[in-house]
Amino acid sequence: MLTTNGQSPDPGAALQGQVFTTRFDKLLGWARKYSLFQYPFVTACCGMEFMSTACSHYDIDRFGAAFPRFSPRQSDVLWVVGTVSQKLAPLLKTVYDQMADPKYVIAFGACASCGGPYDDYSTLQGIDLIIPVDIYIAGCPPRPEAVLDGLLKLQTLIQDSKQEWGS
Amino acid sequence: MSDERFPEHLAIDKRFPGSVLDWHAQHGDRTLIVDGERILDIARLLKTELGYHFLVDLAAVDYLPRKPRFEVVYQFMNLDTKARLRVKVQSDELHPEVPSLTPLWPIANWLEREVWDLMGVTFRDHPNLKRILLYEEFEGHPLRKDYPRTGRQPLIGPKD
Repeated sequence: MLTTNGQSPDPGAALQGQVFTTRFDKLLGWARKYSLFQYPFVTACCGMEFMSTACSHYDIDRFGAAFPRFSPRQSDVLWVVGTVSQKLAPLLKTVYDQMADPKYVIAFGACASCGGPYDDYSTLQGIDLIIPVDIYIAGCPPRPEAVLDGLLKLQTLIQDSKQEWGS
Repeated sequence: MSDERFPEHLAIDKRFPGSVLDWHAQHGDRTLIVDGERILDIARLLKTELGYHFLVDLAAVDYLPRKPRFEVVYQFMNLDTKARLRVKVQSDELHPEVPSLTPLWPIANWLEREVWDLMGVTFRDHPNLKRILLYEEFEGHPLRKDYPRTGRQPLIGPKD
């Protein structure tokens, strides 16, 4: 529907049915929540539940969060799975510090959340003493359903949060 | 308690008279309590002449408030005869010290570091006596009975 000089009388009309508009924030949140690259910091019994969640029966891949990267610079969600001792704590903090923004942390199970059953001299009483935590997954260890619930909650949190980009 | 002395007891007593302070043997549980200063010589005798090639384990016990308070416990095994022998060293010192067995068994290196770390027993002539499970800045020895169970210490920052 062009006029004789090749110009559309209504610029919007030519795009009818071919594009839809959205907010860039929403688009970026959607992209971020379905492209999680995880860093599994696995130290203890919760690791078995993590493996179970990642395997075919529960298939964490369905949620766009399948790829474990054992390099902090290539990952954006840190799963702290298991007990963290005070000796290990500085290393965990180093891993967190090396991750690129935006980054998220999941405390997986009772030990990572609050020290679990280990109320003693050697265990860190929750990783939130050294790094910020976005999602806590309860259980000792949590079942895979609880883990997936935690993952979905993190994805909701990512979608709904203010997206920052650029420098 | 059986009064019957066993061959290893007799052999040690013959070579190092007076070094066996106490002993018991019942149901195959054969234990010698020996003089701490002689433990390296006794272990060498056990390894080279009596066939106890294998240092199974090495640990320490805090019997507070009993005196003597500390015991270092060595578990030896003869892999040919499957015989086992437990040797103990007692100390009432605040900082007990016994000779290191690292010249005889390399595994003693780690086992003794663990005992030093958690119980505070010094091993003389150990090549690398520093903490192995806890971080170096930790103060005290947490498996001692007078260490508070939840006695936490300030977190240390990451090291360069």
